[in-house]
This record gives sequence, C-alpha cells and structure tokens, in this order.
Amino acid sequence: MAYHSFLLEPISCHAWNKDRSQIALCPNNHEVHIYKKDGTKWTKIHELKEHNGQVTGIDWATDSNRIVTCGADRNAYVWTLKEGTWKPTLVILRINRAARCVKWSPKENKFAVGSGSRLISICYFEQENDWWVCKHIKKPIRSTILSLDWHPNNVLLAAGSCDFKCRVFSAYIKEVEEKPGPTPWGSKMPFGELLFESGGGGGWVHSVCFSHSGNRLAWTSHDSTVSVAEGGKTGMLTSLSSETLPLLCVTFITENSLVAAGHDCYPVLFVYDGAKGGLTFGGKLDVPKQAAQKGISARERFQNLDRRASESQSTDKDLNTLHKNSISQISVLEGGRNQCTKFCTTGMDGGMGVWDVKVTLSLIVRFWL
Amino acid sequence: MSKNTVSDRFRKVDVDEYDENKFVDEEDGGENQGGPDEAEVDGLLRQYPSATGGPEGLGARERPGGERAELLVVKVLSSFKSSDIEKAVGSLDKAGVDLLMKYIYRGFEKPSDNSSAVLLQWHEKALAVGGVGSIVRVLTARKTV
Repeated sequence: MAYHSFLLEPISCHAWNKDRSQIALCPNNHEVHIYKKDGTKWTKIHELKEHNGQVTGIDWATDSNRIVTCGADRNAYVWTLKEGTWKPTLVILRINRAARCVKWSPKENKFAVGSGSRLISICYFEQENDWWVCKHIKKPIRSTILSLDWHPNNVLLAAGSCDFKCRVFSAYIKEVEEKPGPTPWGSKMPFGELLFESGGGGGWVHSVCFSHSGNRLAWTSHDSTVSVAEGGKTGMLTSLSSETLPLLCVTFITENSLVAAGHDCYPVLFVYDGAKGGLTFGGKLDVPKQAAQKGISARERFQNLDRRASESQSTDKDLNTLHKNSISQISVLEGGRNQCTKFCTTGMDGGMGVWDVKVTLSLIVRFWL
Repeated sequence: MSKNTVSDRFRKVDVDEYDENKFVDEEDGGENQGGPDEAEVDGLLRQYPSATGGPEGLGARERPGGERAELLVVKVLSSFKSSDIEKAVGSLDKAGVDLLMKYIYRGFEKPSDNSSAVLLQWHEKALAVGGVGSIVRVLTARKTV
C-alpha cells in the first residue's frame, strides 16, 4: 500500500494514462494538473487551464491518448497532445447546469457527460464538420446524474442519479458504429432506450460500475447500501445495507467481488454470489497497525478521565486509516475489472493511495483468523 | 411607473406550479396502513411480561403509520427489562434493526417522562448491531415511520 499526498485540497477527480506513469487530477479548482511519476516522486508536468468553473470529471482515453474534462462551467473540452502541450477543443453540450461526470466509451469514439440538467449528453466526433456533436438522453431522468459507466459493448451506459435510481440506457449512435448484438440487458437498443431501472431506494446513487463481462451492474447509494443487478434476470437485484457511512465509489475487481470506498475513509470488499444472488461484506481493506499497549500510570488515567471522560490514551475517533478524509474516487490500475491486482483511491484529503489486492486481501485473512 | 407597482396580486401566484420541469415526487402512498392493533399488543404484553414478542410483532407489520403507532412502540420498548434489550435486538433481522432505529429516533423527537433514557439504551444496543449505516438509513428514508 503506497500513499502519496498531492495537495492539502481535495482531489476532485483523477484519471490515469495507459502505462500508469502519468495522472491527471483536479486540485479542487478550475485547472487540471498532470503529474508524472519519477521513481517514487511525482512531478507536475502540465497544467491544463481552460475551464471557468471547477473541473468535476476527467477521463483519459488510454489508446488514443486524449483527455476529456467536464466542469461546473457547463462545458467539456477534449484535449489532444500536440508538440508536447495539451490543446483543448470545446464540446458544445447544450446543458444549462453544471456537468458532473464524464466517461469515454470503451472504443473511445464517443463519450458521455452527466449533468445537473437532468440529462446525459452523448458526444461523438463528426468528421464532415470537424467538431464534436452531442445527443441528449432525457427521459425518464428526474434529477442530476452523479455517475456513469459504459458497458464493454460500447453501446449501453449505466447512469446513477439523484432521483434515487440506477438506470441502463442505450447510447447507440448510428453514425459511428454498427448495430450491437443482443445482450442480457436487452436486444432492441435504439438511442435513449431505457433497458433497466432499479427500484427506488433511499438515497442518491453515487457510483455505478459494470463488471468486466458487462453482465453485472453494481451501484452504491447514499443510504449506505451496495446493490448488484444481473442483466436479464429482472428479479435478481441484491442489496446489502452496510454498517458503514455511505460509499461514494465502487469498482469490480473480479467478476464476483467489488471494492467500494466512501465517507469512512477506507476501502471495503464485497463478495457477490451469483448462484444464490447474495451480496456479503468481505472485510475492511485498511487494517490499522496495532498500536503497542503501553502501561498507563494512575496519574495519566485520572488525567484522561478529566480531559476526555475515558481512561484510555487514544479515542476510537482517531483515524488510523491511510486516507484521512472521505475517498471520492476509485480506479483500477492493473489487471482490469476481472483480475484486478492494483487499484488507486483519491480523496478529500488530497492524497492518493495505491492498493495491492493480494497484500490487502492477505491482511484481511490474517486479521479475521 | 407607479401604476404598475400598485397591485401586488402577482405575489399570490405560485410560479413553481407552472414550471414544466417541476419535480413531482412519487410517493407510493404506503403511509396510511393501519398501525399495530393496540389491543393485540397489550394482550401480548400481559402474556409475556418479558415481552420478547414485541419487536418481531412490529417487524411483521411493515411501515405502520401515525402517531398512535409511535406511542405504542415507545410503550412496548419501555416495558422491556434492561437486560432483555440486547437479546431482543439480536433476534431482529437487518430490516428489523433499521425499523427499530427509525422508531427510536421518532421517539426522541417527542420525549416524555422517562422515554429518552430507555430509548438511549435501545439506541446503544441497536447501534452495536446495525452500525452507523442504520442511522444513515433513518436519515435518508423517504417513507417516514
């Protein structure tokens, strides 16, 4: 487990390049900073300044090496690297509220932007006019879109929204792609078609994630629940009400297990059993170092009683987790979503943690045995 | 100019009603189901002085509505012996613990006599089982108990 503290401000969002040597992040302002890995140090190599409002989403298209950013100024820019500098191209999103999240599609020929205008903008490049055009998905979204994730077939898009629902839409653009084949989520996929909608839960859907095969969809909600739905089996919706504070981000690390993190400042593991349709809590992935129990003198005991009404030195409220504030985003570094070996978390403490799956899992096993 | 500003009838118009994109909340209308039968619960209490039947009975009736139900619940919770609270909480499933937490917080809203002390004891035990998540679910619940 490695931890690097980039800033004192929260990291609003981050994205990695293909070989994971560079990270683009927003230091809670209107800019995007790109850092390059230098051994164990990180040096800032680029500053992307174009947005007029906070940058709320960054995604790096690893194969075509383009970055898309979206911000509270209702704009999105596609950045391409030309002669060592990143040059922006404005994308007209036609929204009248802030953009909240952005994701490149798997084939990187289009991207989706979720916004507070209660719609999703699907943007693709029109060769004849040499600019980015967008189409809107509006119905039946009733509130801000907080998170997006593409299905591996490049057509289906999952969206988590503030109207307490997680939905799967078709974002099929006939100008850039062939008609997709049938999937467990449905076979008729015209643009904007709603293929799945979760039942109204109790909280905003903070994060959605498709599994590697695209057959499973997981999302976290503000009422401290994690849910998994399987395509095609309409009855198969399992939720787990967790005992922790709400989780803000989730990703699959194998077809059957998810890692999620949120306001409790540590990542947690969940295991999904497809056959029984059950979701279970797998363990806390941040095992604190056991502090050596020192002997406390009688004088110290009374002092502690006087000061904090308890005899022990440290209170339970001391954070002995890696991150010292909520974790807002999680991304897979190595291994993909079916055999993840490393993942990265960034949070409101301005730091980035890199987690080694094998190491953290072995820690849980040792802890629970 | 002064003629235009004389009338203030426009102030009585609710412009939000005419907004096409107004968010209309879909409530499933589950709020008016009958509360637990008072007589039945009283009967149960008399039969089992250590009232282990209480919480399960409540859990079986999902989302009873109204103040009557809430007073009833507080009465049932107060009738438990302190040593029995932990066992009772342990016998509930996850949904039951969430429902219990909702009633505890409702009870806190309208304190009476000794209710707060008893409710705090229940809260401590329920928190140990349900964790912070159960409190979050009380706060984010859209169907209030």
